[in-house]
Amino acid sequence: MSDAPTAAGGPAAAKDDAPLLTMRGLRVEATGWDGSPIVIVVDVDLELQRGQVLGLIGESGAGKSTIALAAMGYTRGGARITGGEILFDGLNIRELPFHTRRRLRGDRIAYVAQSAAASFNPAKRLMDQIVESPVLHGVMSEAEARERALDLFHRLQVPDPETFGLRYPHQVSGGQLQRAMTAMAMVCCPDVLILDEPTTALDVTTQIEVLAAVRDVLRDFGTAGLYITHDLAVVAQISDRIMVLQHGRKVEEGEARQILEEPREAYTRDLVAARRFHVKPGEGESTTPNPLLQVEGVEASYGAVRVLHGVDVEVHPRETVAVVGESGSGKSTLARVVTGLLPPGSGTVRFEGEALPPALAGRSRDQLRRIQMIYQMPDVALNPRHRVFDTLARPLQFYRGLRGTALREAVHALLDDIEMGGDYARRFPGELSGGQKQRVCIARALAAEPDLIICDEPTSALDQLVAEAILKLLQRLQDERGLAYLFITHDLGLVKAIADRVVVMKNGEVVQQGPKKQVFTPPAHPYTELLLASVPEMRVDWLDDVLRTRAGKELAER
Amino acid sequence: MRIAGHRLSLAAQIGLLVVVANILAALLAPWIAPYTQTQQVGGVWLAPGEGGFLLGTDQLGRDMLSRMLYGARTSIGIALTCTILSFTLGSVLGFLAAVVGGWLDQILSRIVDTLMAIPVLILALLVLSALGASIPVLIGVIAILDSTRVFRLSRAVGMDIAVMEYVEAARLRGEGLWWIIRREILPNALPPLIAEFGLRFCFAFLLISSLSFLGLGVQPPFADWGGMVRDNAQAMEFGIVAPLIPAAAIGILTIGVNLVVDWMLGLQGRTMEDSR
Repeated sequence: MSDAPTAAGGPAAAKDDAPLLTMRGLRVEATGWDGSPIVIVVDVDLELQRGQVLGLIGESGAGKSTIALAAMGYTRGGARITGGEILFDGLNIRELPFHTRRRLRGDRIAYVAQSAAASFNPAKRLMDQIVESPVLHGVMSEAEARERALDLFHRLQVPDPETFGLRYPHQVSGGQLQRAMTAMAMVCCPDVLILDEPTTALDVTTQIEVLAAVRDVLRDFGTAGLYITHDLAVVAQISDRIMVLQHGRKVEEGEARQILEEPREAYTRDLVAARRFHVKPGEGESTTPNPLLQVEGVEASYGAVRVLHGVDVEVHPRETVAVVGESGSGKSTLARVVTGLLPPGSGTVRFEGEALPPALAGRSRDQLRRIQMIYQMPDVALNPRHRVFDTLARPLQFYRGLRGTALREAVHALLDDIEMGGDYARRFPGELSGGQKQRVCIARALAAEPDLIICDEPTSALDQLVAEAILKLLQRLQDERGLAYLFITHDLGLVKAIADRVVVMKNGEVVQQGPKKQVFTPPAHPYTELLLASVPEMRVDWLDDVLRTRAGKELAER
Repeated sequence: MRIAGHRLSLAAQIGLLVVVANILAALLAPWIAPYTQTQQVGGVWLAPGEGGFLLGTDQLGRDMLSRMLYGARTSIGIALTCTILSFTLGSVLGFLAAVVGGWLDQILSRIVDTLMAIPVLILALLVLSALGASIPVLIGVIAILDSTRVFRLSRAVGMDIAVMEYVEAARLRGEGLWWIIRREILPNALPPLIAEFGLRFCFAFLLISSLSFLGLGVQPPFADWGGMVRDNAQAMEFGIVAPLIPAAAIGILTIGVNLVVDWMLGLQGRTMEDSR
């Protein structure tokens, strides 16, 4: 990593001034099943110099993946490139015959997908899959390919690089698999690497490592990159230039530093600001002596695997308690214990001082009513065959016995409360956007008039600006109705913004908990500090700074 | 031709035509048949058209057309009853196994495995020879045997749905099992089940025809297509078409139902894409 800054820009940059990849007036369309055209990308111009990394950023549906794939002359099923010019190293991609175009893919333009787990064949060893493409393309012999893959393993800093390739995909972690996929893409020495949200599915602490490894490999080989992400802070660490996209159109393009520090367009300013929002001062002094929810010494397991080890958590009325931790830390299991879906092996869950029956079946209707839940994926949390009205009416009927006009009015009042309005009552979930679906889920929880809502990563599947709006809604509802939230998340940036108190979990144990200020004020628990330091910040030099600090610490420890 | 805004392919049009024609024949048999199914009205094995009999006569000189119409009533009626019964039984138990899981799922699934291990036709023959070949017994036996297949499908589809968070939300609300099956699972499982309904109807229909052909299905003198093939089977030796008429009818209805099912499956694919 010491050689990283000197190689910036790439060795190939000086040789040739013509851009490696040029797109002019790119237009991509798809056909709806009723035959009407759907425009995905409109009139996008793009230039990528050798050895340069261009970040494509935008919300879902902005067309960033479509543009990057078009660089390979490829479109996803149903879509077509209907206009514009794509020049790659002097070759007009759109006019190339199919087999020439196919040769370019993997060989000179390679692709790293978001989900590495879905991109590897689970039945074959990593090395065999990595060397497949160079051998198939006739770029190098298998022995050469293996040697190169090994070199990449070293550079990408996978553990035990010598034997790493002998493993099967399920035997390595998500971060390692993502690095294996980068090695697979880099093994042919491509000129351009397309990275499609390569770190989005990873934990924050792993994200840093993968990000640093990918950046170093790109710099070492002078490979140009198209880096697709929805996270401006992440893309800022790796890109020279950033292009902001919205609804298939280019909003703004510029140097990474300029986009972050002096965004010109209003939309870009919103994106930059979304990361910096603060909703709550978070005094953290609970006003009431009596906790609403008390989880005491809870141990829980799935079959023989113990997932929670003696967890104690308290939630007071009107406060937001954030439970943070990486995947596998047991935070969702804690929610399942509180709701009664997973009866604990030992320990008790108390609500207003009264012990709740451990299993769902033993709880009274009123006990169920007072704890509601909001899920991570609003798509699967709403029955696709129920209209919004039915979804919201059922808890009103079930808990409050409303009927007829009173029921209809209550549903409309709920819809007004979540800022959607009565017109949506007739819609099916398929006719709503992601943010609207999550709002309906919130309304369904509100219908029960609960005291506590468990929010299981309610914003992590949503786009930044939509997520921000959902958080504001939750905040307003808390102020108006005096709700308490048990907020499960892996996003420390979010915790800083919304929590009163914080519970940090790791491997099924609570490593630290307390008021937000106290938890986040140094000296924090080492794990909390690691988590905090891993949250990407909205500045260009953040990754370098973190890596330097860590290297310094390691030296000091030796 | 379009139905509910969906264009019909030629295959779907043919399929729908066949199914509708058969259903009409079955419903209207007593009114449109020129004779009753037992009346002996002419010479034995008259060729179609001969003596004014549109489809000729059978081995006892009964009007073939009238017997075909009444046969449709019997064969389709029994097959439909069997399929409805097997779907009610199979889907309720299948969803129950999927939602409750645990020992209930184990017991039900093992019973189904056992039943499915024995070839359907042989088991049906055994039970029918032991209990006697009456129509209620016939319907009961086929419904139960067929419900094993429906159980498997409903359980598989139900398990996919039961892990969805909207089902979890219903459980957390305190909803009962019946409500969860009826309101959360059934509407989402309906598309594959409807397609399966058509296919299972075909199987039930063919099974009844086979059993009748073997003499254990619908008993004479009542007409049913499988039995009519058997009754007239010897005519084949004399080059007479009588047995081919019910055989062709069995084939045509089976193919027609399949065409309709194919069309409905295609429709589902599209609406599923559409709703995403």
